[in-house]
Amino acid sequence: MTAGFLIASAFLASAVEFVEALTIVLAAGITRGWRSALAGLGAATLTLAVIVAALGPALTLIPIDVLRLVVGALLLAFGLQWLRKAILRASGYKALHDEAEIFAREQAEARAAGHEERAGLDWYGFTLAFKGVLLEGLEVAFIVITFGSTQGRIGLAALGAGIALVLVAVIGVLVRGPLTRVPENALKFSVGVMLTTFGIFWSTEGAGAHWPGDDASLPGVLAFVVLLSFSAVVTLRRRRVAFA
Amino acid sequence: MRRIRAFGLFWWDFVVGDDWRSAAGVVIAIGATAVLVAGGVDAWWLMPAAVTAVLWLSLRRAAVA
Repeated sequence: MTAGFLIASAFLASAVEFVEALTIVLAAGITRGWRSALAGLGAATLTLAVIVAALGPALTLIPIDVLRLVVGALLLAFGLQWLRKAILRASGYKALHDEAEIFAREQAEARAAGHEERAGLDWYGFTLAFKGVLLEGLEVAFIVITFGSTQGRIGLAALGAGIALVLVAVIGVLVRGPLTRVPENALKFSVGVMLTTFGIFWSTEGAGAHWPGDDASLPGVLAFVVLLSFSAVVTLRRRRVAFA
Repeated sequence: MRRIRAFGLFWWDFVVGDDWRSAAGVVIAIGATAVLVAGGVDAWWLMPAAVTAVLWLSLRRAAVA
């Protein structure tokens, strides 16, 4: 995999997660105060950095075939979840992901929650931001570690995620609201396709089989997953119309 | 004990999600590929075929539900 492709893959997957984390931090900050929300954001970011720093180098000690087998299986199971949801959304069987709606819901819940102060912080605001960033960030950490470790380039994958973080944070500060204009559903579809593609590729190699043309077959696997996904969307849309 | 269970459930939900059959299908397909490779067959074609079947069955279950 080329460096550019690795960075772009980590960037895309991370951007989707950071947009979701931003929505939660904004809801916590606006309704419960920025001090607690930013403290939660900082604590979660630190926790994630420790996880990546600890697991990343540890994974490089595992033989590459074993690593590709395990990572391929995990990515494929994980990627199929994303792809399934994306296909169901695109074909109308599942509601589209709506950041504005999620933002409104998070704000309403944050306003309704009682006030409890711990360590000088509004505890609800802190935990809301901490949990939100940690959970969304864990997916980023998972992608950075798996993509990076199988290529021996965790730094490049982290760079892609870092660029996404800075970009989303800067736009978030400028917009001061949830990033509703980001084509999130299309991005999620792309990430699902990408995760499934790499999952198929690495799990096959990890199981001991060899792709014709080795790494050169990756675009072919990608084209196959794209074709499969769009065929599924078209078929499900037709089915939905037929049963309407 | 409760925390260990919650930790396990979190990772189960994170990786496997709401359709355990898809994850099981992935594991079976990888195992079958390894068995065929051990038998001298370079079964690179098995995973794409298995993913097609696993995804299609999962989507059908979701669409019918």
